[in-house]
This record gives sequence, structure tokens and C-alpha cells, in this order.
Amino acid sequence: MDLIKAVEAGQHREGVEQFSIGDLVKVHFTIVEGKTERIQVYEGTVIARNNSGVAETFTVRKNSYGVGVERVFPLHSPRIAQIELVRKGRVRRSKLYYLRDRIGKSAKVRELIKKKTQAAPTEK
Amino acid sequence: MIGLIGKKVGMTQVFDEKGKVTPVTVVHVQPNVVVGHRTPEKDGYSAVILGADDAKASRVTKPYGGQFKEGVTPKKCLIEMRNFEKETQLGETLHLELFQDVSFIDVTGTSKGKGTQGVMKRWGFGGGRATHGSKFHRENGSTGQSTTPGKTIKGLKMSGRMGFDRVTVQNLKVIKVDVEKNILLVKGAVPGRKDTYLIVSKAVKKG
Repeated sequence: MDLIKAVEAGQHREGVEQFSIGDLVKVHFTIVEGKTERIQVYEGTVIARNNSGVAETFTVRKNSYGVGVERVFPLHSPRIAQIELVRKGRVRRSKLYYLRDRIGKSAKVRELIKKKTQAAPTEK
Repeated sequence: MIGLIGKKVGMTQVFDEKGKVTPVTVVHVQPNVVVGHRTPEKDGYSAVILGADDAKASRVTKPYGGQFKEGVTPKKCLIEMRNFEKETQLGETLHLELFQDVSFIDVTGTSKGKGTQGVMKRWGFGGGRATHGSKFHRENGSTGQSTTPGKTIKGLKMSGRMGFDRVTVQNLKVIKVDVEKNILLVKGAVPGRKDTYLIVSKAVKKG
């Protein structure tokens, strides 16, 4: 088991961004076309995070001209240049697969607004 | 033929420089010791006997320990590699460095035991219809018919113990040879459970 950890040790991407399910994110993904490299930005809602360790992946769903598009990214892929957090989402479950069946306004995730009073630590 | 004894550690994945994910099996190849030789004059063929993993002294019986010459401690796992390409001496240790410029390997191991299984799982038979009055579901047929042939033909595939066989997987790609950690990364799966012995050898069919 330790040997597997030793193999995985060098595989992690440095400075992995914090984001959770329901967040609206922009994924800056490097695309190699022959010899040239360019960065493509893919924006959407994070609907799932799967697996753990180096194998962790996350699924980003967006609506592209009326067609639902989902893309799965390996969290530690060296091709991810940056994951930009646009907006926090208010959700109550860890897998938002129900969004696939929703159309229009109901397919939206509400924004998470934290109140300042809640954020302050309360003493017992 | 170049080969060593290894141990299956488990599977994980690695990214290559292009960012592609490759599933790999981690094989721990500890230094192997040359325990003896088979010579054409004495045994009719030439081979190297390799051993790995020191055995606890109290677990070694006298007959088993007797085959180890002086200067060689008893080993748990012993294999014979025929026509070894490298000149070896008794008591010499062989490291993973042997595999440094090898790109494809064959891996031999004992597959996972599945217990008694029916013909559909064991041999991939199609089975029969489940409904509509069918009386032939998951069993095998052709066990004798009527007067002709009136007997079951020998070698018919039937249900029975599945798995726990010696299995060789050929032409597995070597992703990385880590001499420092004694680790070999092989693309894809290899037979057997974790912590079981494997024979890792240079691919017979691919350079």
C-alpha cells in the first residue's frame, strides 16, 4: 500500500483549487493541436466528484444552445491550467444528477449566500 | 530469456507528459538471488534457479533448506528461468536494472480463485431461454444425446472449479522501471491477488 502511495506521490497537481458540488466553475483546459497549445475555458456547474486520491474526477454540466453537455475532468490532470470559482451553489446533496431531468429555470442551482452572523464563531 | 520474481502490490494510475491517464499495476521486484543452476550435462537443460523473499529460519524444514548452498539463505519463492541470457554466479543478486531497456514483458501468476462455477460463467456458454416454457436455462447440453453417440464425448466443457490457474499475460507495456524503489509499473492488469508472487520476464513475442 505504501508503494502505491509512493507511485502516486508525484502525480498530484500543485495548488488544487477548493470547490464543491453545485459551484459554477470555469475550467481552463490545455488543448494540444499538433505543436501548438491553447487554453480552452469550459464553464458549468459541478454536479459530481468521484473517486479519491490521484484518480479523483469531477463532472461539469452546462447547457450549450439548449443541449445539455457534461464533461468529466481528472482533478489532477496536468492539462488543467486553472479551475476558477465563479459562484458558490446552495445544494443539499453530493450528486446533482437530478439536474439532467430538469428544463429551464428549474435546472438552476441557487447561489449560496453566507450571512455574516453565521460565519462568526459561536461560543458555547 | 530474462526474468525475475516479483510481488503484486496493486493498481493505480499515472499521467504521462501529455496528460493522458494510464492504468498501471505496481509490481514490487525485490533483489533476486541466484540459488543454483541447471546444466545440460547434469540435467539435460540449462536454467538459473532464482529465489526471493527470505524465509524465517524456524519455518524452513531440513529437506527444503538442504537445497540452498552455503552463503545463500533459504528463500520462500523459487523459480527456474530457462536459457538465462545473463551470465550468473551462485549467490549473485539480480536487481531490476535487468529490465531497464525492456519495453514489453510477460507476466505469469496465479489467477483469482472463483470457486465452483457453472458453464455460463466458466466457459462463456450462451445459456437457454429464461421464459416461454423453456426448460433449459443455464446448463450445458450435448451430454450423450440418444443412442448415437450414447456417451459424453471426452473433453466437454462442464461446470467446476474456476480460477486459481497459472496464467500468463503476454506483451504488457512497461511504463516505468524504478530501480531505487524496486518498483515496476506495468500497463494494465496482471493475474492474481495482491501480495502474490509473479514471474516477470522479457516478452517472448515482442522486443
